[in-house]
Parts: sequence; structure tokens; C-alpha cells
Amino acid sequence: MDWINAIVQGVLLGGLYALFAAGLSLIFGVMRLVNIAHGDFIVLAAFLGLSITTALGVSPLVALGLVVPLMAAIGYLLQRGVLNQTLGDDILPPLLVTFGLSVIIQNGLLEIYSADPQKMSAGALETASISVPGGIAIGVLPLLMFVVAVVVIAGLQWVFYHSALGRAFRAVSDKQDIAQLMGLNKAHVFGLAMALSLAVVGVAGVFLGIRTSFDPSIGPGRLIFGFEAVIIGGLGNLWGTLIGGIILGVSQNIGAQINPGWQLLAGHIAFLVVLAVRPRGLFPRID
Amino acid sequence: MSESTYSISRSSNASRTAAIIGLLVLIALVAAPWWAGRADLRLLSEVFLYLSLACLWNLLAGYAGLVSVGQQAFVGFGGYMLFALAIFTGMSPLAAIPLAGILGALIAVPVALLIFRLRGAYFAIGTWVIAEVFRLSFAQVSALGGGSGTSLPIAVVKSMASSRSMREATTYWLALGMAVVVLASIYLLLRSRKGLALTAIRDSEVASQSFGIDIWRNKFFVYVGAAGLTAMTGALIFLQKLRISPDAAFSVNDWTAFVIFIVVIGGIGTLEGPIIGVIVFFLLRELLADLGTTYLLILGLVAIVVMLKAPKGIWGIIKDRTGLEVFPLSRRVVKTKTNQE
Repeated sequence: MDWINAIVQGVLLGGLYALFAAGLSLIFGVMRLVNIAHGDFIVLAAFLGLSITTALGVSPLVALGLVVPLMAAIGYLLQRGVLNQTLGDDILPPLLVTFGLSVIIQNGLLEIYSADPQKMSAGALETASISVPGGIAIGVLPLLMFVVAVVVIAGLQWVFYHSALGRAFRAVSDKQDIAQLMGLNKAHVFGLAMALSLAVVGVAGVFLGIRTSFDPSIGPGRLIFGFEAVIIGGLGNLWGTLIGGIILGVSQNIGAQINPGWQLLAGHIAFLVVLAVRPRGLFPRID
Repeated sequence: MSESTYSISRSSNASRTAAIIGLLVLIALVAAPWWAGRADLRLLSEVFLYLSLACLWNLLAGYAGLVSVGQQAFVGFGGYMLFALAIFTGMSPLAAIPLAGILGALIAVPVALLIFRLRGAYFAIGTWVIAEVFRLSFAQVSALGGGSGTSLPIAVVKSMASSRSMREATTYWLALGMAVVVLASIYLLLRSRKGLALTAIRDSEVASQSFGIDIWRNKFFVYVGAAGLTAMTGALIFLQKLRISPDAAFSVNDWTAFVIFIVVIGGIGTLEGPIIGVIVFFLLRELLADLGTTYLLILGLVAIVVMLKAPKGIWGIIKDRTGLEVFPLSRRVVKTKTNQE
């Protein structure tokens, strides 16, 4: 029974990983940019949520209403102000600039919030659970996170394939110059893509902050989880990313079930196995 | 009618002068245990080890197009191999260091086979995953202290040299030797046929492929070689520290972030860049170390500004303005004599 429980909890945890991954996948799809600071933005969002909940005395779920637009604004400004200048044939500038950003965010947060672990409280929601036949209890909060992840991914999928904005994303992704000739301002489109990516990061960060304790140094770890989910699922496939997140979450929980020290290791090994067997991921869409 | 004879020269007056100055500096540095204090020796050793890490990262990213943010995997691996050999076999550090390098190169083979499946930026994060796997794995080895780490046995430390000052001088010379070996091997590699292939790959993968250069094999060779030398450097770093733990050994900040900043600030894709970068890095550190996290903030900011405004770094600016080349890698045509009829 412990095993079934571990798998069920792993699936729910996978939803959170898919949230980490969705924003990463989105900007890679639109502008082939890999944001090394992605994990640090997740932690930044968690701290923003913390500040808002303590300042206004509201629930973290209410704070989402402020964190998400705030993160989106940061994303747009960052893209227009800095990252657009790094895009080109050379992969080095965007990598190194986002790497620098990662160091800046980590140390900036350390300066403001100190290295102490923090946590957001969601009240009774945190301990509420639903009993399922077979003696398994499903927490309401993990379930809520999973449902939100599915909704976010469905939303991104809809934006990408059924909206004018998504058409612009796909156009600049296919051929930047032609898209520009057709009247799209690619600098603006990239800005919107990063805004959307960091909006998702805002959701992921607040949920992370409710689920576990966090401190300024944990960003890179979240980046790696998101990255692994993207690669396992296959590049450019959002639903694949959700499955990648679930595989990662389940492997981690199975690893932890065998030996508590193996939790993270088991996730990484699942990733390496997929890389060895299916280098392009399980459900690849783009090269 | 005049007819000129031309020849191809690789050296220039600047490079010959630099070679002489470099040799004099090297002699002075070899003699440092007689003129420098204990703290200065430690600082200089650290400078040399960072220089060798920076040169190796520069070879990967600046020449082979392999941007790795996971070189701490090999730094930590080398360090742990030194400790494992010393603890389990009682081997002297002097023998264990090259062995750690060989083991580092060996472990890099399966690693490369796996992560070479990822391209560009995803390759970078893939190398990071490998470093995490190494960190978590070594944390599981209780014979090496598990998560809290272990110290180098005193007997092994004492076997290096009888007195404390002699021991310190030895570790200093080893660090200096490491930097010289790394610089010399990269210089010779880049001047060789393989180096020409690497430079071609850096400039255009498609064009170099059309000339019959096997890109995968060249990159694989550089990755494995750099891993071996990085592991040796790692062994030296932890020989100096005398203590190792998974978090210190596989720290992304210490062994990759700083190294990247050094190379970017100094000038990526040049041999001179890491040398300039390491000097700037340590000057900044000595000046701003009291600021703690603010220092890291400044460093990150400087690296971003350099990458955006002067992507070739400090040495790139100097080279563009003056055409100076300390390490003669490029070829130039020199008119040797003119025959008049």
C-alpha cells in the first residue's frame, strides 16, 4: 500500500514540476532561449508571495492575484531591457547573462530575506485530505496544485494554438525575419512570451512556497527539475512536459520509498535513462 | 621588376617579448616560497588553481563550443578520488593526483556519451544534472563521510614532506605546476592540427564539417581531456583544503560561476583572457570580500554588462585596439627579402 501511495503522491508532485517546466518550455519554443535563472525566478516568486501574505495578511492563494501580474511585468521588462540584446546565432550570451542573473537574484534575496528557510501558510487547506478507498489519503492542496497545473498547461496549449498571440509566437519561432516583415514586432512578441513564462513561474513559486519551506539557494534545483521534465516529455510538447513532470515526481517518491537519501538521485537517474534510451524525449515535437 | 619572398611567421615581437617576461615571472614565482609569506603562498596557489580551471573552461566554451555549467562535477570527483586513494590505499598525494586525473578522464567518457545527446543550452543544464548526480552519490558513501564529508588522514599529509613549511611549499609548487601544464597543453593543442580543427569548429560548424572535420570526435576529445585536467586541479584544490564535503566539492558557485565570470570578464575564446580575468577577479575579491553577498551581486552585474557591451572581454578590447597577441596562435605573412633585378 505504501508503494501505491508513493506513486499517487508522486503523480501529484509531478504537477508542480510541470509548472516549473512549462515556462521554460514556452520560451525555448518561441525564441530558443534557455533561462538559467528560471529556478531563481520561481524562488523570487515564492518570496514575493511571502511578502504579500505577511504585509496584507491574506491567504497565499489570494496573493497569487498580485504575484502573477508582478512576475509577468518583470518578465516583459527583463526581455525588452536585457535579454533581447543577447539573442542571435551565438548561444553563449543568453546563457551567460541568465547565469549572471541567477547569481544576482540568489544573492539579492539572501541580502533581503537572509538564508533562513521560510514557508507560506495556507491555513486549514494544508492539512485537509480526501480519503480514497484502499486507505490512501489524497491531500487537498497537492490535488489542487495538480489541477492547477493541468489547467495552466491546457491554457498555454490553447494560447499557443488557438489565439492571435499564439499565432505570433509560432510565427516568430518559425522565422523571425519573415514574421517581422508581416508586421509583428518580434521584440514585443518575445517580451510577451517571457511575461507569460514568468506568470506561470509566479503560480509555480507560490505553490512551491505553500508546499515546502524555501530559501534563496534552492533555485537551481528547481531549474533542474523543470529541465528534466521538459527533456523527459520531449521538447516543445506541453502535455509531454506534464507527463515528464509526473515521471520525475513518481521516480523521486519511489526512490525515497527505498531509501530517503535516494529521492533526488532516483529522479536524476530516471532522466538519464530517458536520455540514454530516447534522447529526444518520450513525445518530441520540435528538434 | 621586383620579386618578393614571403614566409609565414607565427611569432611577433610582442610575443617574443612576452615570452621572455613570462619566463622571468615564472622564475620569480617558482622562487616564491623564499620571498613570500605563508598567506601570500596560499593566495597565489588559489590564483593558479582558478587560472587552470578558467583556462580549461575557456577551452570547452570558447573553442569547442561546449558550454558547461557542470565542471564542478570533475573538480569534486578529482578531490574525492584523492581522498579515497589516500584513505583506502594510503597512497601519497603526489601519486594520487595524476591518478585522480586519469580517473576523471575515464568517468568523463560515459558522461560525454550521454550528455552529448543534448545541444547548446540544454547541454549546459545536462552537465549540471551530472554534477548533481555526483554530489548526491558521494553523499551516500559513508566511508567518505557521507553528507558531512571527511578529512585527509594526517599520516598521508605528513608523508608529503617532513616540515610544515616544506609541505606548504610543495602544495604551492604543485598548484603552479598545474597552471603551467594546463596553459602549455592548451597552447600546444591549439597550435596543432587538432587546434586548427577546433578553431574552425568554433567559427563555423557547418563549414568545418564540409572540410571533413569530425565535429563529434573533436568535441569528445576536448571534453574528456578537459575533464581529466579539471579533476587533477580539483585534487589539488582539496589537497590544499585538507577537508572535503559533497557541498564544497560540487559547489556550482565556487567551481563554475566564478570560473565563468573570470573567463567572460577576461575575454572568452582567447588564451590571454583567463589570465587577465583571474587577476581582475582576485583584485576585486581582495577589495570587496568584506561586502559578502554584495560582492557576488557586483560580480554578476559586471559579467552581464561585459557580456552585453564587450562580449570579447577585456583582452578582446586590448586585442582589437592594438593587435597584440601574447600567445602566438595566428599566422601572419612576413616579407623576408626583396630581390631587385
